[in-house]
Amino acid sequence: MTTTADTTTRVALVKLIDVGKRYGAVIALHDINLEVSAGEVTCVLGDNGAGKSTLIKIIAGLHQPSTGTYEVDGTPVHFSSPREALERGIATVYQDLAVVALMPVWRNFFLGNEVGKGARMDIPGMKKMCKDELLAMGIDLRDVEQPIGTLSGGERQCVAISRAVHFGAKVLILDEPTAALGVKQSGVVLKYIIQARERGLGVIFITHNPHHAYPVGDRFLLLNRGASIGYYEKDQVTRDELTGLMAGGTELEQLSHELESAGGAAAEIGRSLEEDVTELGISHDTPGSDAAAAKTATRQEGPPSP
Amino acid sequence: MAQTTEAPVAPPPRADERVGRKSPLARVLARPEAGAIAGAIIIYVFFFIIAPPFRNASSFSSVLYVTSTYGLMATPVALLMIGGEFDLSAGVAVTSSALCASLFSYEFTTVAWVGVLVALALSLLIGFINGWIVVKTGIPSFLVTLGMFFMLQGINIALTQTITNQVASPDISTLQGFNSAREVFSASWTIGGVNIRTSVVYWIVFVIIATWILLRTRIGNWIFSAGGNPASARAVGVPVGKVKIGLFMAVGFMAWFTGMHTLFLFNTIQSGQGVGNEFVYIIAAVVGGCLLTGGYGSAVGAAIGALIFGMVNQGIVYAGWNPDWFQFFVGALLLGAILLNTYIRRRAEAAI
Repeated sequence: MTTTADTTTRVALVKLIDVGKRYGAVIALHDINLEVSAGEVTCVLGDNGAGKSTLIKIIAGLHQPSTGTYEVDGTPVHFSSPREALERGIATVYQDLAVVALMPVWRNFFLGNEVGKGARMDIPGMKKMCKDELLAMGIDLRDVEQPIGTLSGGERQCVAISRAVHFGAKVLILDEPTAALGVKQSGVVLKYIIQARERGLGVIFITHNPHHAYPVGDRFLLLNRGASIGYYEKDQVTRDELTGLMAGGTELEQLSHELESAGGAAAEIGRSLEEDVTELGISHDTPGSDAAAAKTATRQEGPPSP
Repeated sequence: MAQTTEAPVAPPPRADERVGRKSPLARVLARPEAGAIAGAIIIYVFFFIIAPPFRNASSFSSVLYVTSTYGLMATPVALLMIGGEFDLSAGVAVTSSALCASLFSYEFTTVAWVGVLVALALSLLIGFINGWIVVKTGIPSFLVTLGMFFMLQGINIALTQTITNQVASPDISTLQGFNSAREVFSASWTIGGVNIRTSVVYWIVFVIIATWILLRTRIGNWIFSAGGNPASARAVGVPVGKVKIGLFMAVGFMAWFTGMHTLFLFNTIQSGQGVGNEFVYIIAAVVGGCLLTGGYGSAVGAAIGALIFGMVNQGIVYAGWNPDWFQFFVGALLLGAILLNTYIRRRAEAAI
């Protein structure tokens, strides 16, 4: 496993160039550019229906892109199943986790990849490997014999991640790993994302929470209604700008006007919303304003306006 | 814990200080068969006190014999249930297999062993068909095997009637090879005045094999995952369909074995028997800690479930009670076991 890569000549582990996806007449995604290299975290941000799941399915090999190129290690690929993507080292940890709640942690860890001679499993060896691998990820379990269902959501997520790492993943796709978790648990998962990055993996971290994405991400792809609304390096964007872009400045402003015209308590909320919008510098004239121009213009992959 | 034969560099197995807090009692209670063991002890003590004949070694051997006839089938039924499926045709499949063996070798006047092998093929085929339909269509096994149950029962009675004009198969004890087959399937020895049948030995051996498969092999891992979360299991490459078909065929195999035991013990088979036994097997598995929803349970538990069944069955007779009470006891046991299992599963699945 490579832990470092020369910044000038390195080839992206996964690269999407102008990728689009149509389901019949529905355009789910168009003109998406994304890349992740070893030791990097690329965050994909977007609200519900932004096209995040379609994007994951393309990278994971579940769907083929309708347009554009999908490259792994610099060569174009056409995956026809997730198994093929997995063989190239692209592992997906889905939100629903693919763990069997009633089975012990170590059995889950090796499920489908059992170690042993013939049908017989090397149980002491497997337990030890599982415990060591989890320790390497910083998860110190009391007992790998406990049912995985007794672990917290964050710990379960971490077991799924370390399982993917152990079985040779080079690129990890994490589908909303923090979505169902509390603040502390989310922090734990974010820690493992950093740990995976430090072990030289490329991570594609899908989330709708800019507060989770910003601290761990090296690149940020923002999706809205199937199109990219921004693709930034970390030094090109601040967390507040990410938040503003995620929320959709124009839409927020519109909402604040509507609330204000409704009067009463709603107007109160509307006014504070408007203040937030101004504070974040995401009002509808953002693209023209001096303050925001420098912030949003960089590296924006402008989608052809529909 | 982890130790290797020759690895001085390996760190000594390190006990996590947080594990020590779990008392041995808590460990035992966490096993699937914990409730069944407690139940078995209570029922044994109960009949030991109220039914004096129950205390004899010879009557306990008959308890063990009754247990083994159910326990043989309860073992694969438990594995199937852990794998997430049911087999309601398991009871009559035993009769089908025995009828097939006896009618085939009697009508074609073959060596008894030919009928035995034909019956084996038929039983495996029935299991395969059950499994194949369930896996290919996704129809709940409850419905598929319910259909199979009625079909087999109809064939058992109708075909026996057509061929022999009777409700039972002909006596095959005069056939060549009968004695050697009886030696294999239905022998018994007397040790110290206590009669022990081979079926008891076979039962214990099969329980050991099933436990080994379940806990020590990758197939066991696959069985648990096929019942616990088939979608996840498939996602990590477990051949869920093959595992389930294999489990249905294991039930078929044991139906054949049990059928042969019964046939060579009594020389003849009643075409209508076996109905209702499928519930006994399922009850034994559930009382032994198997979850109806799959993914959890043990073969040892099912064996203890069968033992409880055998003790109550014989204990009521030794106590001199009306045998009609038997079914009430079985129902109460089942209900208690389900309540306990549900509680255990909630605890196991609840995130802390």
